[in-house]
Amino acid sequence: MSTKILSKSQGFYDLYERRPGSDQETTHYCPGCGHGILHKMIAEALMDFGVNDNSIIISPVGCSVFAYYYFAAGNFQAAHGRAPAVATGVKRALPESIVISYQGDGDLAAIGGNEILHAANRGEAISVFFVNNAIYGMTGGQMAPTTLIGQKTTTTPYGRTVANEGYPIRMTELISQLQAPVYVERTMMADTKSINTTRKAVRKAIKNQVEKKGFSFVEVLSTCPTGWKVTAPQAEEWVKTTMTQHFPLGVFKDISGDAEPLNLTKDQLPAERIPKAISLPLGDKEKLVYKIPETVSEEIKISGFGGQGVLSLGVWLSEFGMREDLNVSWIPSYGPEMRGGTAHCHVKLSHRPIGSPLVAQPTVLVATNRPSLEKFEQEVVAGGKIFWDNSLIDISPSRSDIVSLPVPATEIANQLGNTKAANVVMLGVITAVSDFLDENIVRRTLPEIFKKKHLLDLNMQAFNKGLEFAASLKQMT
Amino acid sequence: MERQLIKGNEAIVKGAILAGCRAYFGYPITPASEIAQAAALYMPLVGGTFLQAESEVAAINMVYGASGTGQRVMTASSSPGISLKQEGISYIAGAELPGVIVDVMRGGPGLGNIAPEQGDYHQIVKGGGHGNYKNIVLAPNSAQEMCDLTMLAFELADKYRNPAVVLADGFIGQMMEPVVFPDPVKELPEKKWAIKGIPEDKDNLISSIELDPDDLERHNRKLQQKYEIIGKNEVRFQEYETEDAEIILVAFGIVSRLVQSAVDTLREDGVKVGMLRPITLMPFPGHVLEKLAAEERVKLFSVFELNNGQMVEDVRLVVNGDKPVKFYGRMGGNVPTIQEIVDQIKKQMREI
Ligand SMILES: Cc1ncc(C[n+]2csc(CCOP(=O)(O)OP(=O)(O)O)c2C)c(N)n1
Ligand code: SF4
Ligand SMILES: [Mg+2]
Repeated sequence: MSTKILSKSQGFYDLYERRPGSDQETTHYCPGCGHGILHKMIAEALMDFGVNDNSIIISPVGCSVFAYYYFAAGNFQAAHGRAPAVATGVKRALPESIVISYQGDGDLAAIGGNEILHAANRGEAISVFFVNNAIYGMTGGQMAPTTLIGQKTTTTPYGRTVANEGYPIRMTELISQLQAPVYVERTMMADTKSINTTRKAVRKAIKNQVEKKGFSFVEVLSTCPTGWKVTAPQAEEWVKTTMTQHFPLGVFKDISGDAEPLNLTKDQLPAERIPKAISLPLGDKEKLVYKIPETVSEEIKISGFGGQGVLSLGVWLSEFGMREDLNVSWIPSYGPEMRGGTAHCHVKLSHRPIGSPLVAQPTVLVATNRPSLEKFEQEVVAGGKIFWDNSLIDISPSRSDIVSLPVPATEIANQLGNTKAANVVMLGVITAVSDFLDENIVRRTLPEIFKKKHLLDLNMQAFNKGLEFAASLKQMT
Repeated sequence: MERQLIKGNEAIVKGAILAGCRAYFGYPITPASEIAQAAALYMPLVGGTFLQAESEVAAINMVYGASGTGQRVMTASSSPGISLKQEGISYIAGAELPGVIVDVMRGGPGLGNIAPEQGDYHQIVKGGGHGNYKNIVLAPNSAQEMCDLTMLAFELADKYRNPAVVLADGFIGQMMEPVVFPDPVKELPEKKWAIKGIPEDKDNLISSIELDPDDLERHNRKLQQKYEIIGKNEVRFQEYETEDAEIILVAFGIVSRLVQSAVDTLREDGVKVGMLRPITLMPFPGHVLEKLAAEERVKLFSVFELNNGQMVEDVRLVVNGDKPVKFYGRMGGNVPTIQEIVDQIKKQMREI
């Protein structure tokens, strides 16, 4: 390859000051290596499109790990194979920049297979340059996923076999099958003509990005005389005659002409509008007057089948408690506690700070199925209350040192036309017989919980039915 | 400010947005998924990015990229996913990028289960990835702290150009408590080192490679100095009833809540116990423990964790044989009851 091509691009630094040692004029690549030529084409294209100052190059791990010695652009060095993910992060943060992921075959097709496929599949608006030299140049000539069948490398000393290593992977073909990429081409660098084709492909991939067209991918069959242990001219010949047999050249996909420019920029919300956007309480609620005794310190367990709304009932109690200026915590059955198919939650309401959020000895148990009553009855403190749905539970609490409150919550809810309202019926009863809940707070809060009018109407009815039922309970006792 | 009843996991996202975080990259995993879901809900509304990555490996590298541009960015996961992120965390530490990582720990090793554990202490506090680096590690024990410490994580990550991890567990993530959210952070620090795709920062380089041994050693020494400064400036801890305590219980995260209740119970029985809760695990509040160990009245340190005994190693290091250090741990997602802790303390008192 001619030395002219290797003359410095304006898109390169004047002096390669990041390159250690005394030689800061030439690249670190071996003579006859394809990397340097491709670098130069990229740098020139960036200059030509006038985007050099806004470009960011992601260097991979491989011989081109030091691409940042040369490109007078923003430079990132990425972990092996992760350049497309790094490029994604950069491009999402800086949609106006030109972001380039430059990768070798080990980097892109082996360790980074997942990252490139998904960046392509998302249609990240980046340009990817994939240097396929059929070998791991940097680490001493080991097999690459693109190494040809029969090709000897330091880890395929007898030649690559289909039986042991499978076929060389064709990334261009794979990526061209995805819907999002706008431009996918395979070229080579073996002679003046093919270098010109490559130059055009490089320009197109960058132009596409300048025009916000989406994901562009150029695979370049490239020489590694050192890894292949041949001379530079032999290497060029091998690319031309042998590599192209397995890796056909050409444009595999190009829909860039029809692609509409992407709208990538995002409008930042001003700080003062953030709290509302993320649904923070805006402090516009009218304060209610309520009376909660100083002694309140409730430990509540609510348990039933999944779908009975036991977790919601717990959340509501916590919400009311919070609005009564109590300290509250709610925690769902979770992890090993989920064994046995019952869902339950722990609620604590107290004037004192809450230590453990777990309820070991409930002052209140709400049981809406039989397993729950059986499981938790013994935990309840002496004098504690057990609310239980006697429309579903065919036994009664066995203890005499607790207050048993049978509530046909499901039956009442069914009469209202919706079983789901059973937990609100229960809420009504709990509100009526407990000193930790203020009826006004509950009434004021329910419309925030049930935002749809028909649901609110139903649940207000259910709540009132619960209160009524509690009054009849009181008369009975 | 009014309080909001909210899950710890969701409080993290709101705190992050208030701290100016405008990008979230993550992969779903129980019990951290609510973080991704809340980020998906809110990020687009504030002009931010939410992206469900193809893996935790990709997610942390997206953080690397976005953070390198100067943006405040985060990712979150749970233990198995954090194992995958370790590669990227090492690169972030090496390249001296800020980056906030939330670990809502679950049971391990392997797939383990989705129940709360604290088995990631070693992999987060001691490194986890390769090389001589440390994370800043903050351990919340309430929904409020899920918000507050996430915000602090962004501040410290920027201040020290270092990964900052919020080390929570399944319980705090799933728990709902009232949270008071502060006002949004208005001014973010200037980042001259970042690459913003403008001519002025073309000399900047985001990289962790240093070929020359002397250069790499210099870089490593600089990192160690940074950790020392962090150790001087950023230690945070909570003491509970330690003034006259003869027994010091040490616990972090959710366990500290249980231990606090156990302290109350033991005090009712006349046992003089107190609790030290490290809020920062790196830097570790070693000097506080050292001071307590030097007090004549202190007879015993008792460490409670949801793991096989990880933080206890650090407690033993600083107590250095001056006083006995006992350990009690539960694993697999089991959590000790208050009574269990109380009984342990009484047993340990008889043993010394
Ligand atoms: C995680 C990880 N695994 C392995 C390596 C070692 N390694 C460095 S470069 C490389 C292969 C590079 O080959 P390729 O991507 O084809 O680039 P080339 O040198 O051929 O241009 C390997 C395996 C590494 N740096 N990181
Ligand atoms: S080893 Fe191969 S790929 Fe690496 S610089 Fe030399 S010729 Fe180029
Ligand atoms: Mg290669």
